Amino acid sequence: MSDQNKEYLILRDDKEYEVIIGLEVHAQVLSESKLFSSSPTKFGSEPNTQVSLVDAAFPGMLPVINEFCIKQAIKTGIGLNAKINNKSIFDRKNYFYADLPQGYQISQYKNPIVGEGSVTLDMPDGEKMIGIERLHLEQDAGKSIHDIDPQNTLVDLNRSGVALMEIVSKPDLRSLDEVNAYIKKLRSIMRYLGTCDGNMQEGSLRADVNVSVRKKGETELGTRCEIKNVNSIKFMQMAIDYEANRQVDILEEGGSIDQETRLFDTKKNETRSMRTKEDAHDYRYFPDPDLLPLELNDDFINEIKKEIPELPDEKKKRFIEKFNLSPYEANILVSDIETSKYFEDVSKNSDVKLATNWITGELFALLNNKSIEITESPITSENLAKLINLIKDGTISGKIAKTVFEIMADSGKDPKKIVEEKGLKQQSDPKELEKIIDKVISDNPKNVEAYKSGKDKLFGFFVGQVMKQSNGKANPQLVNEILKKKLN
Amino acid sequence: MSEINNLKLCDLVDKIKNKKLSSKEITEAFINRSKKSSKLNSYITDNFDNALNRAKEFDEKPDFNKKIPGIPLAVKDLFCTKNLRTTAGSKILENFIPTYESTVTQNIIDHGGIIIGKLNCDEFAMGSSNETSNYGNVQNPISENLVPGGSSGGSSAALAAKLTPATIGTDTGGSIRQPASFTGTVGLKPTYGSCSRYGIVAFASSLDQAGPMTHDVKDCALLLEVMSSFDTKDSTSVEFTRGNYLNDLNENIKGKKIGIPKEYKVDGMPKEIEDLWEKGIKIIKDNGGDVIDISLPNTNYALPTYYIVAPAEASSNLARYDGVKYGFRSKGENLIDMYEKTRSEGFGDEVKRRIMIGTYVLSSGYYDAYYLKAQKVRRLIKNDFDEAYKKVDAILTPSTPSSAFKIGEKLNDPVSMYLNDIFTVPINLAGLPAISIPAGHDNNGFPLGLQIIGKAFDEQNILNIAYSIEKNIGYKNHINDWWIK
Repeated sequence: MSDQNKEYLILRDDKEYEVIIGLEVHAQVLSESKLFSSSPTKFGSEPNTQVSLVDAAFPGMLPVINEFCIKQAIKTGIGLNAKINNKSIFDRKNYFYADLPQGYQISQYKNPIVGEGSVTLDMPDGEKMIGIERLHLEQDAGKSIHDIDPQNTLVDLNRSGVALMEIVSKPDLRSLDEVNAYIKKLRSIMRYLGTCDGNMQEGSLRADVNVSVRKKGETELGTRCEIKNVNSIKFMQMAIDYEANRQVDILEEGGSIDQETRLFDTKKNETRSMRTKEDAHDYRYFPDPDLLPLELNDDFINEIKKEIPELPDEKKKRFIEKFNLSPYEANILVSDIETSKYFEDVSKNSDVKLATNWITGELFALLNNKSIEITESPITSENLAKLINLIKDGTISGKIAKTVFEIMADSGKDPKKIVEEKGLKQQSDPKELEKIIDKVISDNPKNVEAYKSGKDKLFGFFVGQVMKQSNGKANPQLVNEILKKKLN
Repeated sequence: MSEINNLKLCDLVDKIKNKKLSSKEITEAFINRSKKSSKLNSYITDNFDNALNRAKEFDEKPDFNKKIPGIPLAVKDLFCTKNLRTTAGSKILENFIPTYESTVTQNIIDHGGIIIGKLNCDEFAMGSSNETSNYGNVQNPISENLVPGGSSGGSSAALAAKLTPATIGTDTGGSIRQPASFTGTVGLKPTYGSCSRYGIVAFASSLDQAGPMTHDVKDCALLLEVMSSFDTKDSTSVEFTRGNYLNDLNENIKGKKIGIPKEYKVDGMPKEIEDLWEKGIKIIKDNGGDVIDISLPNTNYALPTYYIVAPAEASSNLARYDGVKYGFRSKGENLIDMYEKTRSEGFGDEVKRRIMIGTYVLSSGYYDAYYLKAQKVRRLIKNDFDEAYKKVDAILTPSTPSSAFKIGEKLNDPVSMYLNDIFTVPINLAGLPAISIPAGHDNNGFPLGLQIIGKAFDEQNILNIAYSIEKNIGYKNHINDWWIK
């Protein structure tokens, strides 16, 4: 969408507009049960099967905080290098909607559980810090379904009360690539922490996007519009691009931007006004009297700090130092926690350089083709390490290894067994090779003559013939050596 | 009236334990009298058949170790009761049958109690006369066309009329103590956090507390023991050592320091109430207590503070009654239309009035001036009590500024109705325990009550003081069964 190394600017004649982007990411807390009830949170269950009396807001039902969700939010806060607040408050955000059973959403307004923090992005031209304004916990609403019954709206409350973390960035993002990198980094950190599965298809990660524009060089922020509930990086980028251009067009025509909430229509690729500032809801926030303020002492927070695993930034640093990887390679390997685990498993028992190449090359291509996650890979880390060791100790050539890899991809078998069963073991016995080479030489007298008279390029022809005769199993290094001796 | 109906809760427990009476006999007696007393309109829903079966079951397999073994009790219709309709006095819940039991009623059942019915109350407990109920007025058994108080008016009437040996109410701003005072009975609002709010239809969450309503202080101590428990299902429930209130009941108040707050001597207070207060002070002095003048300087602000905080919470608590999930639904053109019709038809005037007040005080631009300020004043009111309790052990005041009034008398004057709660509201704002005990009569022979306010979680102390006053004051309720032909 935009040139990787170029600044993201909207151009009109000779004028350049800068785009200011802030994101409010809603990340579903990875938890067996909901934020204030013990109902399960499993995705894709039959409608209204994961609903307790509390979730459906029956009379006299009361919320009870799920301590695990609190810990998850704290962990995430630590992962965002953010301040964990010793006291936070749950507020009620009041509005009526059919899929909001209580008539209010329990959220955190003035006193969130997590304060300011930051996320580091690895951009092609270096690192960039994005400020985090806050992280707060809130309940998800249910789902209104309008397209099953022509007369009625149906409501599914399975999601009602599921814990969400709203992570609010500062307006520090300046390009579509940064948005992409930011979402991926947040996702990566949370997956490392096990606090959110980051599954955008299932709605575990969605965002409200704030966009404003200003002439390049200006320091004041322009009036922003908020685009609600965008659920993929691609749509976020499309929405931002459309919205930024829309705003610039208005300014170019001498108009001014109205602060409003907009919706992104993914079919028409445009944003549309949902409500203006004047008809903004008055949510009548006030502290939820059913819940006491959430007080966390430092010991509790410090205990959680001990549970924090190595995060992508640290891991990247370690990979570079320990394994001698390039920052680019390290980045690719750490961005997904499962990939990094896989890499460490393979490299622990085999050659690091080969492991890096095979994972970022063949394995990624395979996963991509099959559209599967590394955790679903038919080739286990153990088997890939075995394959690499077979190359390393000369049992098979790199070329044969690719054939073995393909068989592994289809069968999931141990490479040693494949090599044995298919007889793919590299031919490294000089006497055996000499026999083949002698035969190739005696079968091609004209080419031998031509080679000897100076056609050096024909050397490759002889190598090829030997490989062919050996069904590709001949050790190429040895073939080279023997051939040279025989022909010269 | 059967002799059984005249027995108090503790007496009934003794009789049943000594096998002088069976659960069936007792339950039948209260059911029969309840059936004859429909004119009082104290029940919204009865559970008579079921209760009789329960009583028979108890008699077949009695467990006398329970605190209220086989004892029938009718309860305020604000407590959700499993498989038994729970309306909160509102049309919007007219067909609502919970699949769950409130913690307090569950405690009653677990201690051997049998629920014989659901008692009338002001709609969503919003009222001081039981006149806002969708299920009609309740008559005070003391005299015809007299209100029984509210919001636990069905409870106070049923108790005073001996349709139930004891009952439970809820008290958000005086809804137990004021009706107790109006009917010559005892009512206690425990410290906030003593009785679980789980399964009680919420009015104002930070103020609501369930409590016992009984004929005397002994019964009150026993029923409080039954009701009060720590409950993990209510985040505001407090874990503390709950006393053996009945066993530890002690009329000796020698050396106890009792505060008399000057701010409660309001202008225009009827002489009979002033006299009653003096009578209470004299009894305390005669029994060796020290009476100390104190000041609770922010008392004047309690009522306006209450009428901001309570409606604010109520406006949000009642948002769930929207016709979508349960309860009454009116047909609408679309979602908004359905909401408007459902809530317009489903809620009564007083409830709507408070939802509107609450919505207003929470609105952007008004929040700071009303809700936030009210919260600050609430803190000051609590501080007043904290200061006072550095000098005294408990505080004595009248329960209400007047005796029971006529049905209809104040219905169209909400402010005058609200003024009824002037002595009870500050206690809810401070989260403290307080008990109202009958102490005398006005010129019409209508009951008047005295209120003893305690420190947080010091229920035993106010029960003891109430016990001492009760023994010395010689109060008797005059009830002539006028409603039974």
